[in-house]
Amino acid sequence: MESKISISNLNFYYGKEQALHDITLEIPERQVVAFIGPSGCGKSTFLRTLNRMNDTIPIAKADGTVLIDGKDIYAPNTDVVALRRKVGMVFQKSNPFPKSIFENIAYGIRINRMYENKADLEQKVGKALHDAALWDEVKDRLNTSAFGLSGGQQQRLCIARALAVQPEVILMDEPASALDPIATQKIEELIVELKKQYTIVIVTHNMQQAARVSDRTAFFMLGKLVEYNATQKMFTNPDERLTEDYITGRFG
Amino acid sequence: MEHRIIDQQLDLLRDKLLLLGGMTEKALHRAMQSLTERDSDLARKVLEEDKIINQMELEIDRLSVEILALQQPAAHDLRFVISVAKITPILERIADHATNIADAAIRINDEPQLKSYIDLPAMAQNAAEMLRTALDAFTTEDAALSREIIKQDQKIDASYKRVFNELIEIMIDNPSTTASAAQLLFVAKHIERIGDYVKDICELNVYLREAAFIKHSPKI
Amino acid sequence: MSNKESLHRRRKIVSSLTTTITAVCAFFAIAVLLIILSYIFVRGIASINLQFLVDTPKPVGEGGGIGNAIVGSVLMTLLACVIGLPIGIGAGVYLAEFGENLFGKTVRFLADTLIGVPSIIVGIFIYTLVVLPMGRQSGLAGGLALAIIMIPIVARTTEEMIRLVPDSMREAALALGAPQWRVTWNIVLPAASTGITTGAMLAIARISGETAPLLFTALNSRFYNYFYDQPMASLTVQIYNYATGPFDVEHKMAWAATLILITLILAINILVRFLTRKRF
Repeated sequence: MESKISISNLNFYYGKEQALHDITLEIPERQVVAFIGPSGCGKSTFLRTLNRMNDTIPIAKADGTVLIDGKDIYAPNTDVVALRRKVGMVFQKSNPFPKSIFENIAYGIRINRMYENKADLEQKVGKALHDAALWDEVKDRLNTSAFGLSGGQQQRLCIARALAVQPEVILMDEPASALDPIATQKIEELIVELKKQYTIVIVTHNMQQAARVSDRTAFFMLGKLVEYNATQKMFTNPDERLTEDYITGRFG
Repeated sequence: MEHRIIDQQLDLLRDKLLLLGGMTEKALHRAMQSLTERDSDLARKVLEEDKIINQMELEIDRLSVEILALQQPAAHDLRFVISVAKITPILERIADHATNIADAAIRINDEPQLKSYIDLPAMAQNAAEMLRTALDAFTTEDAALSREIIKQDQKIDASYKRVFNELIEIMIDNPSTTASAAQLLFVAKHIERIGDYVKDICELNVYLREAAFIKHSPKI
Repeated sequence: MSNKESLHRRRKIVSSLTTTITAVCAFFAIAVLLIILSYIFVRGIASINLQFLVDTPKPVGEGGGIGNAIVGSVLMTLLACVIGLPIGIGAGVYLAEFGENLFGKTVRFLADTLIGVPSIIVGIFIYTLVVLPMGRQSGLAGGLALAIIMIPIVARTTEEMIRLVPDSMREAALALGAPQWRVTWNIVLPAASTGITTGAMLAIARISGETAPLLFTALNSRFYNYFYDQPMASLTVQIYNYATGPFDVEHKMAWAATLILITLILAINILVRFLTRKRF
């Protein structure tokens, strides 16, 4: 299996506090990798090192290498804007822009100048909505406010918005944690579907969710990578005692 | 270690399985005793108690399903419930074989004794010993011991062959004994099957401990 | 059991008491406003006619109106907005998005101080800086004085409103590959637009009611004047003149002008709300 993202000896600091310790991990192309671990274990921080979202925090500092398609994204000449186009992100709380459904999707396409004319833009917006399994629900009200959608629909809109700029990797930070079971199931089905085209990294607190959607699972604790294995192995017979204790609920 | 809700239920599940195991051992022991001591009343008790064993099997099944559905166990917890759920019907079938032996005893006890039962009780002793050790190995999750027990099944298979040949000779020498000899042959076959079942239990013990499926694999 | 019941009864009494007291307070607050408004309306409405709205002031007894004062007020408020809104909003954006350094903190402190400065001081400041060099009072000086009053109010409300835009929205845009300036320009500002508008409206209402700074800077004028380099009439100064005059007919005109001023502010308010209403 080809590695899409290859992280080696990554350390990450918030000021003097070290949030990630010496993480080394390979993320295979077109697979779903889940990050699990207790709150504050660094899994979200780690996710955000993969598209340099942590850059917005002034005191944050990373060392080590993160290679995406063999290129170090922390190299000084990295174009962060281009990186973020390639590595899309979906957040815990759905965060549509205060615009219409159409304009929410079109935003990324517009700012990255990825369309030739109006028809092309419309086609691309439509495709993103289709890919996020939202088209049928919104096709008659593309020009209404995105805030009029339900929570689950808003989250799929955010996924569609991320898909619209044609990324290769999608990072998801607890994408279903605020959703009801049915909306959650739709997101999970979508993740499995998207895997055919994209490499997906998902942070989740819901272990059943990690078990259901991911091919590989990484377990983090106190900023360290405790175990990284095939999901099936993680949930039936993990190598590490700590992993076992965590996934069977022996500590909270 | 913190206390989890699932622990209580897993403990209950283990207790029920061990109780079933004990009942099964007792059934086997009594069935053989009813044969060797020509005690048909005891045999009838075995038949009676099999109904309880069947009930216990259902209870364990229900509890296993409940734990799977409500507690959603993972890792070792999951393997434990799966092992219990798979060992339970095996024990029930062993008990069925014991019942069949008791059945045969009731038939044979009315006839004159064919031969002194030496090999059969030894063979049954062997099987009962294996069963008890297998259940111990389940409790202690001892994979090495379980692998030992699996090897012992060969001894039972060898005994079965010996008893089989002996009984065939008796039948040839004296055709009037055929009915009784055939019954004894069945008993021997039952014991041989019990040995195989114990082997299956041991394989599940290894799964519980190591998450490895060793059944149908040449390597143990 | 009875203890529990008496507790329950006490809680109910306290609860209804609180509701009543706050309701009374709310009633007084709105009642005072209503009394003022209706009083102004009753006293002012009689003197309002088309003549009054378009005429320039005339000697007592010859009628006269506030047409030039309305134009002057509108022109100076407009100038204040053209100068004050972009600078105020720009400063607010800076403070909210990048203002966590020493410079930002200084600016914030100065803005807060400026909000508290009596407006007549702003008038004197512009008098020294603009009127004296130019050699005369002018609409330009008046508009500048109003703009200076406006800027810190707009800046601080804009900052507060922008801070209310959730970070998650900024992150979403950044994650799509948007550069920082685009995030601010077409995500943060639109999201905060309602609040910023409210802040701007408050500032406009505030400067529309200012008299003191205009006395030094725009002075007054008896004629229609559309040019910023000449002294300019304004509603507030005109009201001041009429109200301090000795004749009853002047007092009536002061009431009428006050009613017009309040109506204008209300009209602007409604118009701006309508134009910038949230579509999404």
